[in-house]
Amino acid sequence: MNSNPPLNAAFELASDWPQLLSQAQQLAQSFSPGGHGRRRAGPGDVFWQFRPAQAGDALRSIDWRRSARADEQFVRENEWQAAQAVQFWIDNSAAMQFSSHGESKQHRAATIALALAILLNQAGERVGTSDGALPPQTGRAQISALAQAVARRTSHDFGTPITTDLIPNSLAVFASDFFGDLAALRQRVTRAAALRVQGVLLMVLDPQELNFPFQGRTLFESMAGSLRHESQNADDLRPAYFQALEERQAQLANLAQHLGWQFFIHHTDQPASGALRDLYHALEYRR
Amino acid sequence: MMLFSTIGFTAPWLLLGLLALPLLWILLRAVPPAPIRRCFPGVALLLGLRDETAQADKTPWWLLLLRALVMACLIIGLAGPIVNPVPMEQTQSKLLVILEGSWADAEDWDAQQRAALDLVQQLGNPERPVMFLQLTAPEEDLVFSAASEAARAIRAAEPNAWLPKRNWQGQFEPLGDFDTHWLASPLDWPGRDQLVRELLRHGSVEVSMSRSSSIGLLPMRATAEGIEISALRMTAGAAQVVAVYIVGSDPSGVERRLQRADIEFAAQELRATTEVQLPLEMRNRISRLVVSGHRSAAAVRLTDDRIQRPEIAILTGETSDREGLILFAPDHYLTQALSPVADLIEGTLDDVILANPDTIILADVAKIGSKEALADWVAEGGTLVRFAGPRLAAAQFEARERDPLLPVKLRAGGRTIGGAMSWGAPKTLQSFEIDTPFYGLPTPDEVTVTAQVLAEPGPDLAPHVIARLSDGTPLVTRRQLGQGQVVLFHVTANTQWSNLPISGLFVAMLERLSVIGSAANFEPSSLAGSTWQLVQQLAGTGKLMHVDYRAGIAGDQLAQAAISPQTPAGLYQGKDRRWARNILSEDSQFSPALWPDEVRLLGQDLARSYRLGAWFLALALSVLVADVVASLWISRRLRGGVLAVLAGALLTSISPESASAQTPQDQAIAASRAVVLAYVETQDARQDEISHAGLLGLSQALFQRTSIEPAEPMGLSLTHDELSFFPFLYWPVTLGQQALSPEQLRKLNRYLKGGGMILFDTRDSNIARVGQTTKEGRVLQQLASRLNLPPLAPIAPDHVLTRSFYLLQDFPGRFAGGEIWVEAPQNSGVAVEGMPFRNLNDGVTPVVIGGNDWAAAWAVDDAGEPLLPVGRGMAGERQREIALRFGVNLIMHVLTGNYKSDQVHVPELLKRLGE
Repeated sequence: MNSNPPLNAAFELASDWPQLLSQAQQLAQSFSPGGHGRRRAGPGDVFWQFRPAQAGDALRSIDWRRSARADEQFVRENEWQAAQAVQFWIDNSAAMQFSSHGESKQHRAATIALALAILLNQAGERVGTSDGALPPQTGRAQISALAQAVARRTSHDFGTPITTDLIPNSLAVFASDFFGDLAALRQRVTRAAALRVQGVLLMVLDPQELNFPFQGRTLFESMAGSLRHESQNADDLRPAYFQALEERQAQLANLAQHLGWQFFIHHTDQPASGALRDLYHALEYRR
Repeated sequence: MMLFSTIGFTAPWLLLGLLALPLLWILLRAVPPAPIRRCFPGVALLLGLRDETAQADKTPWWLLLLRALVMACLIIGLAGPIVNPVPMEQTQSKLLVILEGSWADAEDWDAQQRAALDLVQQLGNPERPVMFLQLTAPEEDLVFSAASEAARAIRAAEPNAWLPKRNWQGQFEPLGDFDTHWLASPLDWPGRDQLVRELLRHGSVEVSMSRSSSIGLLPMRATAEGIEISALRMTAGAAQVVAVYIVGSDPSGVERRLQRADIEFAAQELRATTEVQLPLEMRNRISRLVVSGHRSAAAVRLTDDRIQRPEIAILTGETSDREGLILFAPDHYLTQALSPVADLIEGTLDDVILANPDTIILADVAKIGSKEALADWVAEGGTLVRFAGPRLAAAQFEARERDPLLPVKLRAGGRTIGGAMSWGAPKTLQSFEIDTPFYGLPTPDEVTVTAQVLAEPGPDLAPHVIARLSDGTPLVTRRQLGQGQVVLFHVTANTQWSNLPISGLFVAMLERLSVIGSAANFEPSSLAGSTWQLVQQLAGTGKLMHVDYRAGIAGDQLAQAAISPQTPAGLYQGKDRRWARNILSEDSQFSPALWPDEVRLLGQDLARSYRLGAWFLALALSVLVADVVASLWISRRLRGGVLAVLAGALLTSISPESASAQTPQDQAIAASRAVVLAYVETQDARQDEISHAGLLGLSQALFQRTSIEPAEPMGLSLTHDELSFFPFLYWPVTLGQQALSPEQLRKLNRYLKGGGMILFDTRDSNIARVGQTTKEGRVLQQLASRLNLPPLAPIAPDHVLTRSFYLLQDFPGRFAGGEIWVEAPQNSGVAVEGMPFRNLNDGVTPVVIGGNDWAAAWAVDDAGEPLLPVGRGMAGERQREIALRFGVNLIMHVLTGNYKSDQVHVPELLKRLGE
């Protein structure tokens, strides 16, 4: 079961941060497993308030112990508890397999996502994938299923988020290098937002993609080989590349801001905990 | 001289490939260096971007040049360039290669052999038969064979110690036509012209002359003070000094160089002579002379009995009077003086004359029985030495004429000087005159004469006097008699008249006189009937080889035979003497070889041809490596890794030493990787060497005998080095020991506290005595006074050091018996009945102090042999062994603590102690 490398890394990563874990444990103690208190009366197991019985209340809903202490009849109401669904899409295209120093981008993205999923799962949230392959569920089994799902690979050069089975009003985490078609991405995310799905865009970049440390005559090829570009002097290309990258990041940030999403950039040579903290706070803010 | 006199190629048509070089140039120019392919997801962002500048996509000219150079080197190298090639037109007919192989060739035999090999390898091919002929070799059939066969014969050839001597008349007839290449020695020899003429009838003859210049030693002559060495050289050129070693056996019989003599050839002189002063005793031991730096039989001169011990007969007047004191015997001092350097013959005068000694000495003999025989013997070259005495003095009363066996006429009676009844003082000697045989000998003042016989004064007295007293009266006189001489000492041969016989001067005078007449010659007439057997043969290179089982040769034949394979140079053993036959005789000459006009002379040395192909290919390879580096650099692929690999390869190949530079860290790693014995470096480099060698020896002993496997020992400086890695420190206390600084003290105390052990060695137990303190001891006291040491006590006989590995009772080093101090036992222990050891479970002693110079006993050299002597003979070896055992016990004690102190081991120890 623990043969999934990102999952192992994710467990390790999640266990590295006690205060995050303790927050999650607090959540688990104060609310029943399976859902968050909605701070209003509704279906749930935890007592919320007594209110005077009104016409239309079922007789059996009257709390006799409380009513016996007064002249009026009281109805006992529990807090409305509902679990949030968080759906992940981890880009598994060929570009995400790239690594210049050992850890591929997909591995890092999967690690972060799984650590988040573990923490969410401890808090009783449901986690799943956004492509419908894994509907949101709680429990340890779901975590391993999710780990297997995010470890798959495809041979496409670049990936676009699959939003076909997004549950309305849920949360979404999209992690990719976002080097693919920007128009397609915008369209998919906009559609998700239309379903009142809030979420996070996590751009995972390799340090080589960040620094462009190439010199001389170079033939650049995409990972699957569909794109290529030959430069006579890669040194000269560096400023232009930086500009293109900044532009892409600005567009993504703009898109996220526009839709009320959040946009984070993560480099694989940085510790994964930074991105995990960003994402945790981003999702926690929405709860 | 031209650098490249001629260059040829084995495959010249390959050089056409050079024409293709411009094509290569064009091709290379057209193809730019290949781009690096890189997978890069960010390529999506690059699409549509344009290069600011177009990088030069053409190969730079210098890279082109480099590659063209590689190709050129490759082509030239494969074309097989040869410097000084052998002309092609010669390689048609059969080839005869001649080496003389005489002693004259031995001087540069290697070069001659190599030249012959080169010839055969270059000229000979499978189709061309070659024959190799060594003119001094034993006769063989003349057959042409493959070049490889001839090359093998050349490699096996050795120079011989004789000249070619063989009749070649008609020998080559069956062979048909062939060309000859003759690698000649510069020396002429009889029969050479005939051979040349014979060869010229069959084809061309080429001669390459060796340039060697032989030095030959001529017969040496014995002189009064030593020997006279003469040498001959081949070419009369500039002045030259040649060292000659006089080789002989030393008093213990081991052959060694006794003396060195320099022979100076004056410019344009072929001969040179030098005289070497050698005591007779040493001269008797000479076995041969060797010219230094020359390898030829002529440069070695064997010696035989001719310069060796003379035979001397001593006769006294009194024949049966044995009642006198032995010190008053007339011949006592003569026998003492002469027996070490001469063979003494005993017998009556008649017998002695028949034995034909070199010298006959008559000590105070007045009446000579067979005067005629003795006179004849002297006239034939003998030396008669007479000493005066009471009898001789008394005999003169009757004499009218001069006795022919006395050099001068004597006055009757003699005289006494400085005696109880005379006025004068004893006379001393006058210094020797220049033409006397004693010239140069010192005349010590303590030599005095109290009585003598006097010569009758006369006009012919003076020329015969060869030594005088201070008042001018003759002490020694001499007269020629035929070929021999008669010498008279005017005093006795014992101390009655003079103390001359007990002075060193007496021996020197006898030596000078005895050698004058020594001559044993090897005339054919005197050799008739004798048989001589070769025991040592001289090889062509001048080496002496022992020979067994050679048939004897009649003496008269041998005397007339030249040096040849049948009668080679060497040492022949006769019935009672040895006969050395050498290459050169007194009248030898080195005559240079002259060649007829038909012979093609190839100059002094054979122009050696060199194949250069390999060099060109190697150059191509190295340029190729440079090209690889340059190409990487061009395409920006030359990363640090590649450079580091290249630099590393260069560094390791250039300076393997630099890689092993020891930093403190390396030393710490090396010290902590294995057990390392360490010593404290002193001010004395020699002592440090001994310490290192000693610990090395101990380490080796530990390695061989125990499971401790120590690494190479280390020297430590108390100032700089960390001590905590070392379980054991050997500290030889020297007088140059500096006082310890507080820092060093802290370090040492921490070391001792941490369980280290220091063996202090004052190396003075040979001079240290009870109650005395040596200088080293005082230094040690000053050292130790500031260290935190526990109370010390002399080592107890049941200390664990006596049984930690070996069972020992004493702890010798180079010296034995010194007292050893260790930590005093903290509790006195309880001796259990029946147990040999007390129950002492204290800690390991932190110091062992002694003065037995253990390192010197342990020390071994690089070969693992003991470096310094210990004791004498087997007892010394035993002491060294016990010293090593002490070392093993000590290190065991250091490493295992008081393990062996545990009573668990007692039963086994008891068993081994035989209780």
